[in-house]
Amino acid sequence: MTRRGRRLALIGTALAIVGGAAALAGFALKDSIVFFYGPSEIVEKKVAPGTRLRIGGLVVAGSVQKAGQKATFDVTDNARSIGVSYEGLLPDLFREGQGVVAEGVLVAPGEFRADTILAKHDERYMPKEVVETLKKQGRWQEGAAKP
Amino acid sequence: MIVEIGHYALTLALALALIQAIVPLWGARLRDESLGAVATPAALGQFAAVAASFAALVYAHLDSDFSVANVAENSHSAMPTIYKISGVWGNHEGSMLLWVLILAAFGALVAAFGRGLPAMLRANVLAVQGLISIAFLLFILMTSNPFARLDPAPFEGHDLNPVLQDLGLAIHPPMLYLGYVGFSIVFSFAAAALIEGRIDAAWARFVRPFALVAWCFLTLGIAMGSYWAYYTLGWGGFWFWDPVENASLMPWLAGTAFVHSVAVMEKRDALKVWTIFLAILAFSFSLLGTFLVRSGVLTSVHAFASDPQRGVFILLILALFIGGSLILFALRAPLLRQGGLFAPISREGALVLNNLFLTTTCAGVFLGTLYPLALEQFTGEKITVGAPFFNLTCGVLLLILCFLVPIGQSLAWKRGDLHGVAQRLTLAALIGLASAVALAAITEGGPVLAPIAAGLALYIVIGSLSELAARIWRPGLSAGVLVARARALPLSAWGGALAHIGVGVTLLGLAASAFGSEVIATTRMGEARHVGPYEVTMDSVTSRAGPNYQDLVAKATIRSDGIVVASIEPAKRSFTTRQMTTSQAGIATLWFGQIYAAIGDQGPDGSIAVRLYWKPLVTLIWLGACIMALGGGLCLADRRLRFGAPAPARARPPIGAPATS
Repeated sequence: MTRRGRRLALIGTALAIVGGAAALAGFALKDSIVFFYGPSEIVEKKVAPGTRLRIGGLVVAGSVQKAGQKATFDVTDNARSIGVSYEGLLPDLFREGQGVVAEGVLVAPGEFRADTILAKHDERYMPKEVVETLKKQGRWQEGAAKP
Repeated sequence: MIVEIGHYALTLALALALIQAIVPLWGARLRDESLGAVATPAALGQFAAVAASFAALVYAHLDSDFSVANVAENSHSAMPTIYKISGVWGNHEGSMLLWVLILAAFGALVAAFGRGLPAMLRANVLAVQGLISIAFLLFILMTSNPFARLDPAPFEGHDLNPVLQDLGLAIHPPMLYLGYVGFSIVFSFAAAALIEGRIDAAWARFVRPFALVAWCFLTLGIAMGSYWAYYTLGWGGFWFWDPVENASLMPWLAGTAFVHSVAVMEKRDALKVWTIFLAILAFSFSLLGTFLVRSGVLTSVHAFASDPQRGVFILLILALFIGGSLILFALRAPLLRQGGLFAPISREGALVLNNLFLTTTCAGVFLGTLYPLALEQFTGEKITVGAPFFNLTCGVLLLILCFLVPIGQSLAWKRGDLHGVAQRLTLAALIGLASAVALAAITEGGPVLAPIAAGLALYIVIGSLSELAARIWRPGLSAGVLVARARALPLSAWGGALAHIGVGVTLLGLAASAFGSEVIATTRMGEARHVGPYEVTMDSVTSRAGPNYQDLVAKATIRSDGIVVASIEPAKRSFTTRQMTTSQAGIATLWFGQIYAAIGDQGPDGSIAVRLYWKPLVTLIWLGACIMALGGGLCLADRRLRFGAPAPARARPPIGAPATS
């Protein structure tokens, strides 16, 4: 093979791989991006039912009901709240009045079916998204959540 | 007093690092080798000072000296000794000190054993290493002092975050840091080469052992972290494509590419500019990882109490080193003498392909990790890029790469014979294909990618073995001669093959995860649940007290066809000080698979919520990583590649000569 041929082979292969990867990434990115909203934002942005979302807020005290593996509870940003249903074991750190992030599908306005629940990792930690959602609502004072 | 000595030693280390960086660089300008020689004692002294400082912090933790803020916030007098020690790096300040300790240790390695290096190169490498030390020592001293005192001192400490009170955590960070920071020396070598404007095959021989050490530890560190997440988080997942995990994967991918390209440089004196670029890339990703993990931009178990000032400082370090090295690269790279182009069908051609796939995968991970962060900064929209994105892009790229691995390994340098390679790999390819088809037939309607991955895994393992066999076996030779031929094979050939077998083993474990099963159920005592081929019976739930926690322990028996094969004790552990619970998964390893159990809340009727998983071949995922690291270690032990070793006494076969056939 000539020098020119070799160089072309190299450049061609590199372009093919990078191009293929870019196409793949573009395709994959379209389907696997999930937005994060607080309960108020879901209403403000008029999110259509059936959309996959991450939501976050505080678990409303007294709202948790368990029946077998099913649990329902309300998540609030202290302005609006949304009902969440979940089937499975709740994480160790899931507690009423504490921050939570849930990923799942908005089945109807004000009704969310979660398939993943993330709770905070330790006493001082509040999911950052939740803090910001609360800040936006003006319901958060720095240091207030610390013990 | 000891604590103050530790703080003083850290400041002293900064002073020595300044000398280590400035004097040799000045010497390099003046072409004065005696100034360059200053770097060696300075690097050794800096290491001694940082080590003393680290020892002081360990002492304070062991002594439960709660007048030190770091100890008070992250330790407890009732904690077992091992966690008192691991608590040293289970927090922001201490982990940064460990970072700098390892950084200084690598510098000291070059200083102590670098006699074989050209004086100028050694001085410049140590100087750049010194520059990195300065940045991070300043960071610690200005924003994250581990020796800050508390007045009045509390009577008892806050305890270490319970999730981190685990043997895995005692090992995972030092391993990972040895990898992360190990690439600093590779980076320093690259920067030194650019400063000198000269690079040759000898450079590759010097840098390769360091790259291999870093790579081995990074491999083990990532595997350890993954196993830790697997058994402590209680979800049975081993990889979440979490930004923190991705942060460690990116330097690994770039580092793996580097380890391969540096081989081309050593053998063929080609790919020089690219190899330098990869060296910069690998360490840049290490820095990026440190930034992502330590600055608090991410919420994760790794992001200890975050402080915006720290984030900005690390970002500054990041910009300075990545920007600086890239500018240096842009200015100096054109001066480096380029190696020749080579035939596409050859070992070096295959290694270029390997590099293309690895760096493209790395770019994919980079995109998926940083796109959400960038979008949030610019538009305020919060998104997550989930596992499907990474599985599709990286998964497909890496599977293609896996297909190419045995082929590249079997090709000869300079001019390969694709036909001969195909003949050699026929057996491996047939076995791989047959098992993929068989698996797909058995699990009809199941996952598509898993049988393909499993077939590829077998093909890699058998392909690597048959490559070794082809180099040893000749028809009509006696067993004694064959053993002699096997022993004559360079260790790096064994190491390379072993590392590739490790890739296959890990891939097999990953593929098998698609065939696991999961049961979530509220279970009464004595009730049996079927999971996979096994039957798990809950026997009892009891309470048990530990040194600084209370356990709720469930005892369960695992049976196969009515015969008891193992018993497990999943538990919920409540830590008194932080009022926090963690899951202690009950794990039984049966062959290479595992039964994994985690318990939830206990109902009023005494029943308990249980998550049961059957994970076939799951241990292969981490076992494969260990095999990879072992392979890297074997390459390292190869006498020809030993660092600072004099030129080999035995004449090497001429490059490209039939050493491989």
